[in-house]
Amino acid sequence: MKIVVCVKQVPDTESRLRVAKDGRWIDEEDVAFVVNECDEYALEEALRIVEKVGGEVIVLSLGPARARESLRKALALGAARAVLLAGEAFAGGDALSNGRALAAAVRREDPDLVLTGSQSDDHGFGATGTVIAGELGWPHAWLVMGVEVEEGAFRVTREMESGLNEIFRIRAPAVLEIQAGINHPRYASLKGIMAAKKKEIAELTPADLELDPATVGASGSRLEVLSVDFPESGRTAQILGGDAATAARALVDKLRHEARVIE
Amino acid sequence: MSSGGKIWAVLQHREGRIHRMGWEAVAAAQELAARFGGSAEAILLGGADIDALAREAAAHDLAAVRTARHPQLSSYTPGGYATTLGTAISAEQPDLVLFPHSYQSVEYVPRIAQATGAALIPEAISSEGSTLESLVWKRPILEGKLHARVRVNGGGPALVTLQSGAFSADSRRRGACEVRPLAPLASVAIDTWREILGVEQAGGESVDLTKAEVIVAVGRGVGGSDKLAAIEALARALKAEIGASRPVIDSGWLPRDRQIGSSGQTVAPKLYLALGISGAIQHLVGMKGSGCIVAINKDAGAPIFKIASYGIVGDLHEVVAAMLAELAPS
Repeated sequence: MKIVVCVKQVPDTESRLRVAKDGRWIDEEDVAFVVNECDEYALEEALRIVEKVGGEVIVLSLGPARARESLRKALALGAARAVLLAGEAFAGGDALSNGRALAAAVRREDPDLVLTGSQSDDHGFGATGTVIAGELGWPHAWLVMGVEVEEGAFRVTREMESGLNEIFRIRAPAVLEIQAGINHPRYASLKGIMAAKKKEIAELTPADLELDPATVGASGSRLEVLSVDFPESGRTAQILGGDAATAARALVDKLRHEARVIE
Repeated sequence: MSSGGKIWAVLQHREGRIHRMGWEAVAAAQELAARFGGSAEAILLGGADIDALAREAAAHDLAAVRTARHPQLSSYTPGGYATTLGTAISAEQPDLVLFPHSYQSVEYVPRIAQATGAALIPEAISSEGSTLESLVWKRPILEGKLHARVRVNGGGPALVTLQSGAFSADSRRRGACEVRPLAPLASVAIDTWREILGVEQAGGESVDLTKAEVIVAVGRGVGGSDKLAAIEALARALKAEIGASRPVIDSGWLPRDRQIGSSGQTVAPKLYLALGISGAIQHLVGMKGSGCIVAINKDAGAPIFKIASYGIVGDLHEVVAAMLAELAPS
């Protein structure tokens, strides 16, 4: 089984975030970058599938040169090789232009299965894997909480609202968008980290993918970000200040005598 | 055709009931149609059983309820919904199609955008602008820490999924309108892309948090399963059940039946203590109906403070220890 896993490098939202000077994105200086959380689960699921049924995992990313770090991490965890769609032509895309570019790279690999995360922690479109499936004409599922390989098909468990899961069969090849929590991702071993240094990270341009540069990145995007800002502070909470003991005493007093919700 | 534009609101339904978020989309369509002098229609897809739902939808101030009835649409599948709506959107070119930002729509709407070339605006919170074509939408980015204002480049239909609660279902205007078919579907071959095998409870439901009067809920900020002993002591002192946000469950620190939020249980206790929970929308939808919400978080900018009655900005473990001392019988 040949599996392509799409991974995205995203800002660590625990970093101190500031709006960039042009007001259209965050200032990326001093921001840490991490592998998108759902994508780590997608990679783990792919590694588990090939450990069970054989095959190889190829990681694919779209992003600037720093995304190589995330791909290197995926290689250390067990992916065989990596492909990066880097360069200005791919930058600033929406889910449609990014999905188009990633689908072209998937087509070159001709895999049996594509796994992505369900949603990125930066733009949070929740759509890229679905667009890839559309470009390829493959079936897809979003919020996948379980994958079992069958003959020419996958048995998929998908999260629904209200604590329910739906179970269905989907034919191969398919795109499955993995939800966080499907498994427990492994840590890289020292051996894995050493081995990753020798693994290939191929960089592709729109020309390599036979894509018109006008259809990818910002020029292929239908969505334009005009500005970003912190949500206006409509704070309603009564903030109880002081050190922990003072604040806790005030809180218990308020809960007893003002809100009257505890004895 | 009215000059101000054509707006569709797609209803979501399950087991004979229209999802509240579908009514929110209707309210949004009515509001935008009123603002720009356009027409609003509700869209309903289903099998033989959609007549009652269509009658319910037709009791609203809309231009029409448009239905697509097909045996392959009796259960939701992304293939059935994307193919049907994609065909109708291409044929009728609505300016704006509003969907609930639900587990269902997010799965299939991007596929319509891909197939038809329509623009896609996921998880919109609000809109501003003087014309339907130049609307600027606000949506959360970076896990809700920031908002982005986005605009569509180029013309044609725009597909917008609306965040839960962005519009109020209660504000929708009642009235009466006709019901008519969406588009001739007889010639449309529907491939559902999936063979549905069944539905199961996710991880069982051994703890019913909906009955709890007090809930002490922990988020990622709690730091690890080894840090839970003091939290459990606090829960005992308050006669509370312990709940958690999704990252805590995904990390295996607590079992899945403790999860509160869109993919877990929906609770409304009289007291909800949110410890180290930043307040992602997926969590908020599961607990915002609580009577008194207390937020304790080291990040003063965490969204949870916006819906809390009381807040403490600080280290939750220090505050919990101090609360235990305060609650101890003297």
